[in-house]
Amino acid sequence: MKARFLVPLALFLVLAGFLGYGLTLNPRELPSVLIDKPAPDFRLARLDAPEQSFALADMRGKVWLLNVWASWCVACRQEHPVLVDLAKKGVVPIVGLNYKDVNDDAKAWLKRYGDPYTVSIVDGDGRVGIDFGVYGVPETFLIDASGMIRYKHIGPVTPEALRDVLLPLIAELSRAK
Amino acid sequence: MRSDRLRMRIARVLWRRAVVVVGMTMASAALAGGGVASPAAADPVLEARVQDLSYKLRCLVCQNESIAESRAPLAEDLRNQVREQLAAGKSEAEIIDFLVSRYGDFVLYQPPFKPITLVLWLGPLVLLLSGAGWLVYRLRSREREPAPELSADQRANARALLDGTSAVAKEPRK
Repeated sequence: MKARFLVPLALFLVLAGFLGYGLTLNPRELPSVLIDKPAPDFRLARLDAPEQSFALADMRGKVWLLNVWASWCVACRQEHPVLVDLAKKGVVPIVGLNYKDVNDDAKAWLKRYGDPYTVSIVDGDGRVGIDFGVYGVPETFLIDASGMIRYKHIGPVTPEALRDVLLPLIAELSRAK
Repeated sequence: MRSDRLRMRIARVLWRRAVVVVGMTMASAALAGGGVASPAAADPVLEARVQDLSYKLRCLVCQNESIAESRAPLAEDLRNQVREQLAAGKSEAEIIDFLVSRYGDFVLYQPPFKPITLVLWLGPLVLLLSGAGWLVYRLRSREREPAPELSADQRANARALLDGTSAVAKEPRK
């Protein structure tokens, strides 16, 4: 009979458990539906040489990062040294998707802060961004040798995220190749 | 005579200028207003369909606004996508598929009915039914319970209370 009074307490604890778990989640980080799906095809002009184009097929056979960036994006500056550092090590090619930017601004930005990109391509109207499900800049996609998206990092790449998640994944995918 | 004519001419010139100024103000206001909500569309029927569909789609940036209401650049791009694709003759379902395949179910304000959303859709119904079931069970079991027996003292007390408060109760019941 006494146990009946514990029912509301039990219900409260269950509710508190769910709400507490909810607090640990970041509602801004939406899981991508493109994980383990082929990367959307694109062909875009290069930032440094607009008369030349660059396509998804050009990266076939490589494990690579697609980093969505823009000169107007504040958080991009935060992650930029991490990418420059990574590029110096030469572990993985980084393709920059210059998202809804002004070409001259973008070029000046790279000159000023360093250019970690194997190649930067211009997504002026954000169409390719939509194909990749980009909803905020910066975002970084890890794409494997067969052109499949294997991981998406939302927000600036931190040294910790690189060390703990991205680099181990890159190593694993490179071995699988 | 001459000064009168001159005055008339001045008045006419001023009037024309006023018309031009008012006209320009209205035009710029219209342009500014159009730029904020959505680019002016030539086709009101198409625009109504764009609006209609946009209200069902969530802005990924603001998250609690539909792409019809949001002023985020991404919402604008997505509205343009919706407009372009509707104009190209695509159906609503096709456009929704297009967006869901890129942004996931989160882009929909009305989540689809599938295994992972079962609790979401059926949870309230299950709660309602179990609540109603519990209520019926309680009422039935209360009916079956025998009325509590009163002791002689309790009976006398009740009688006294009834006699004291109500004239009708004075008449002994059959």
